[in-house]
Amino acid sequence: MPEESKGPESVSPPAEGAKAPAEAAAAKNPQVQPEAPQAATAAVKTPSPAAAPVASSEAKPAAAPVAKPAAPAAAAKPAVPAAAKPAAPPKPEGPKPEPWESELVTSLKQQYGSGIVEALRYMGQKYVTVDSSILPEILLRMRDAEGFDYCVDITAVHYPKREQQFDVVYVLYSFPHNERIRVKARIHDGEHVQSAVAIWPTADWLEREVFDMFGIVFEGHPGLKRILLPEDWKGHPLRKDYDILQQDKEWVQINLGIESGQ
Amino acid sequence: MSDSTKLDYLDLDVKDKTFLDTTEMVLNMGPQHPSTHGVLRVILKLDGEKVLGTECIIGYLHRGVEKIGENRTYTMFNPYTDRMDYVAAVSNGLGYCETVEKLLNVEAPARAQYIRVILTELCRISSHQVWLGTHALDIGALTPLFYAFRDREEILKIFEKYCGARLTTHAFRIGGCIYETYEGFEEDVKKFCTFFLPKLDEYEELLTTNRIWVTRTKNVGILKPEDCIALGVTGPVLRASGVKWDLRRAQPYECYKDLDFEIPTGVNGDTYDRYLVRVAEMRQSVRILQQAVDSIPAGPIMAKVPKVIKPPVGEVYHSIEAPKGELGYFIVSDGSTQPYRVRVRPPSFVNLQALDVMVRGMLVADVVAVIGTLDIVLGEVDR
Repeated sequence: MPEESKGPESVSPPAEGAKAPAEAAAAKNPQVQPEAPQAATAAVKTPSPAAAPVASSEAKPAAAPVAKPAAPAAAAKPAVPAAAKPAAPPKPEGPKPEPWESELVTSLKQQYGSGIVEALRYMGQKYVTVDSSILPEILLRMRDAEGFDYCVDITAVHYPKREQQFDVVYVLYSFPHNERIRVKARIHDGEHVQSAVAIWPTADWLEREVFDMFGIVFEGHPGLKRILLPEDWKGHPLRKDYDILQQDKEWVQINLGIESGQ
Repeated sequence: MSDSTKLDYLDLDVKDKTFLDTTEMVLNMGPQHPSTHGVLRVILKLDGEKVLGTECIIGYLHRGVEKIGENRTYTMFNPYTDRMDYVAAVSNGLGYCETVEKLLNVEAPARAQYIRVILTELCRISSHQVWLGTHALDIGALTPLFYAFRDREEILKIFEKYCGARLTTHAFRIGGCIYETYEGFEEDVKKFCTFFLPKLDEYEELLTTNRIWVTRTKNVGILKPEDCIALGVTGPVLRASGVKWDLRRAQPYECYKDLDFEIPTGVNGDTYDRYLVRVAEMRQSVRILQQAVDSIPAGPIMAKVPKVIKPPVGEVYHSIEAPKGELGYFIVSDGSTQPYRVRVRPPSFVNLQALDVMVRGMLVADVVAVIGTLDIVLGEVDR
C-alpha cells in the first residue's frame, strides 16, 4: 500500500505499447460513442410520431408516398418506429438543480464564507459542496450540531475533464430529523482528504473502497488498503481513464506470450 | 461514538513472535467454509478460545458492478442488480428502478406499486427464510433449514409464474412493471399467506424456546444502539438493538404509506433478539401482503417512460428497506443513455463491518453465530 498511496495514478506497467492506444481511445470518452447513434435516433424519431399515429394527412408534402410515410425512417433505423409516442417531441427541459436556502446554509456561509462552494437542491434532495480543507470540520459539525448522526455512504465521482477531478460524496442521514443531506468536496487528483473514521467508524470500509476504486488517499485512516481488489491490482477501476482491457491484455501477454485478441 | 466501535487492524506482520511464549494464535476461517455463507475470509486472532480481534478479507466475488453500470444503458443495467443480493433479487431491482424513476421524475402507477410491494414483501420473506435456515444450520439445528427451504419454494413458484424466473427475477422495469399479474395471482398470494402463518409457528416451535438455541444466541454478539448508528448498521440488526427505524415508514416509497404494519424491535441487541425481530418481520410482511392483495387497484402498470431512457443531468440518492437493511443507489446522470456513475450502498457490506465489534471477547463458535445473524450475502458485499 505505501507505494500505491504516493502515486495513485502510477498505473503505467511495462506493457506500454499495448496500453497507449487503448488509453487514447478511452480518453476519447467512451460515453461519446453510444451517444452518436442516439442522436441519430432522436433525429429520425421526430418525424415518425407525427406521421404514424394520427396525422398521416398532415404529413407534409415532402414525404412523398402517402401510403407509408414511416418507410424511410424504418429503413434507416428499424428499432425506432416502435417508439411512436405522441408525447415525445418537445421534451420539456429537465429540472435543474436550484439553490438551496435554509438556516443551515446561511449559518454555514456566515461561518465559512467562500469555504461553502455551493448549496443546491435537486428533486427535493439537498447537497452542499464545501472546500476540502474545511471538510472534517463540516462533517463534525453535521454530526454534533445538526444531528446527522448516521453516515450512510461515502463515495466518489471522477470528472477527468474538470480541474478538480474528483467529487468525494458523503451521504448523511439524521435520525432525529428524518432528513438526508449530501456533503461534497471537490479535490484534485492526488490530493489527500482527511479521514472521517474518527467521526463515524463506518467510514472505515467505505473509505477503503473509495481508495480502492479511485485512488483517493484518506489521511488518518487506520489501515488504508485495498478492500475489494487484490493487493497487487494495478490502477483504480472506477476512474474514467481506467482501461478495462489493460489488465487482461497484460495477463495474456505475460502468460500466453501472444497479443490479446480483445 | 463509544470506544468499543473503534476498529483496530490486526497486527499480522510480527514475524519474530513465536507462539511458545504466548497463547495468542491466528486462525484463518474461510474463504471456503460452510459457515461463512459464501466466500468470506475472516482472520481470527485468538487467545485460546477467546477472540481478540478479527479482520475480514472480502472481494472474492467482486464483479465490478458499478463499473459495468457505467458501460451499460439504464435499462441494460437493471438485470445486473439482481446479481448483487441474489437471495433478494426483487428488492435490488426495486431500488434501482425507483432511483432511475426519481431521476426521470416519474412515478410508477398505483397498480404497479402494489404489484411491486407484493413481490418485494414475498422476497423479504424468502430472504429471511434463507437466513433462518442457514443461520440455524450453523448453530447446529438441522431441521429449520429443510422447513424454511420447503416453504420458500411456494414463493419461488409465485415468482416463476409471474416472471419466469425464480431467483434472478428482473421483475420490474423503470417506470413500473412489464408483466401484468397472471390469472390467479391474488389467490396464490392469499393461499401462501394462509399456508405460511402456521409454518412460521412451526419454525418458532423449533427454535424460540429451544434450550440449545437460546443458550447459543442469548447475549451473543451484542450491539448497542449507539454503536449501530456509529457503524452505519441498518435493517433488522439495527431494529433488534431497539432503534425503531424502517425506511418503509421513515421515508415511505411505493404504496407503503397506505399499508398498516408494525416495526418490530428488540431490546438487547443480541443474536436472539435479531432472530425474534426477523421472525416478527415475516409476520408483518404477511400482514402487508394480505392488505395489498385485497386493495390492489386496476389500471396501467407502466408509467409514460421514453423508450430510450435519458435522464436529465443531475444526481440522486435513493434508498429502500431491503431485507438486509438500507439499500441505496446513488446515480449521477450526464444526460446520456448511460449512467455516469452508479454507486450501490449495500447493506451487507456495511453491516459486516460490525462483525469485529460484535465478536470481541466471544468464543470462536460465536463468530459463526454472529456471521449468521448479520445475514450477509457475499454477492452484495463484494458486488
